[in-house]
Amino acid sequence: MTEVLDIIMAVKPVLGALLCLVGGILAIIGTVGVLRFPDFYTRLHAASITDTSAATLTILGMVLLAPSWLIVFKLAAIWLFLFLSGPTGSHALANAAHTAGLQPVIGRLRGRVDSSGEEPS
Amino acid sequence: MGYFIGLIVVLGALWLGLSGIYTPLLLILATISILLCLILAARLETVDREGAPYARAPQIIRYWCWLIVEIFKANWPVIKACVSANRDINPALVKVKTQCESDLAKTIFANSITLTPGTVTIEVEGNKLLVHALYEEDATPESFAEMDERSRRSVDRRATDGNEQVSA
Amino acid sequence: MIGAAAIALIVAIALMMIRALSGPTLYDRVLAMNSLGTKIVLFIGVLGFVLGRPDFLDVSVLYALINFVSTIAILKFFRYRSFQVPLMRRTPARRPAEGGEGD
Repeated sequence: MTEVLDIIMAVKPVLGALLCLVGGILAIIGTVGVLRFPDFYTRLHAASITDTSAATLTILGMVLLAPSWLIVFKLAAIWLFLFLSGPTGSHALANAAHTAGLQPVIGRLRGRVDSSGEEPS
Repeated sequence: MGYFIGLIVVLGALWLGLSGIYTPLLLILATISILLCLILAARLETVDREGAPYARAPQIIRYWCWLIVEIFKANWPVIKACVSANRDINPALVKVKTQCESDLAKTIFANSITLTPGTVTIEVEGNKLLVHALYEEDATPESFAEMDERSRRSVDRRATDGNEQVSA
Repeated sequence: MIGAAAIALIVAIALMMIRALSGPTLYDRVLAMNSLGTKIVLFIGVLGFVLGRPDFLDVSVLYALINFVSTIAILKFFRYRSFQVPLMRRTPARRPAEGGEGD
């Protein structure tokens, strides 16, 4: 029984660091998407990768590294708040852009590799 | 009154979890700050079914567990679209009708759509939602039907029960 | 390996800064700053574990709160050009119903 516990204790920090690393890589992927997508509304989708899966995986990794329950509670509070505020902020952004009259790009974009910084008219 | 008790429990748990130092002085300060929060919340008139939705916590937690699985499933196409060489995306605006009646259920449904990568709620008007989707073929009205039904079940049906208990 | 995670987050922050500086519209910049804030929250937490001081998480909690409020404040300002406008106007019909519910 104690051997099993020892193995779990030995694996836990490595797994936690690995999850943090995967979260960081997902954050980079989301950022690359934000840089490459053609207009504001599609960039919003790429940014939501960071808000959801990257945050979840990084915080899960930190939970596995956490030395005490207090830290776990703080991480849970951060996670809950990110999950409540993320979509609210995204919706506020999308709604503000829509109200201001920013038109989304509609239709298939395959192969059309124009400059990603172009403003949609 | 039940909403105030729920708020006190949640605020107390938050303070105890974030502080970590339990000396009498700090506990007294915590009590004062919680009372201050309650007074401010009462003055803002936010302590109602939407401000303190703790009565239906089991249903909402069950809904969240389902939602997290859905979010992770929906992440794959967006990640692929981000890193693929040719940006193979097909953005579209879709109108979605919801069956949710209360504002809280509508908020949860709209936020779930926004939280799922690939779809963002742009506007809510009555029971119609304007959704921007990264892939038009994924954002059919049928794909939102299950989320709509689950968010309605997690809040609305229990909500009427809770109101009857409080008024009685 | 946890150091590599911190470096990955720094790279993501630096790349997102490009979008914040070059974003063609205002909303791109606000989106970049919001996303940047989420990454910084995660980075501060990871940095605490790299340095062996998880107390950094308190800073992280506070940053998450301020990030959300600042995003909403910027959007509100650029929509109304003023902070002195009520964000939500309650319709008169709803007020008595809520009052009855609360009692």
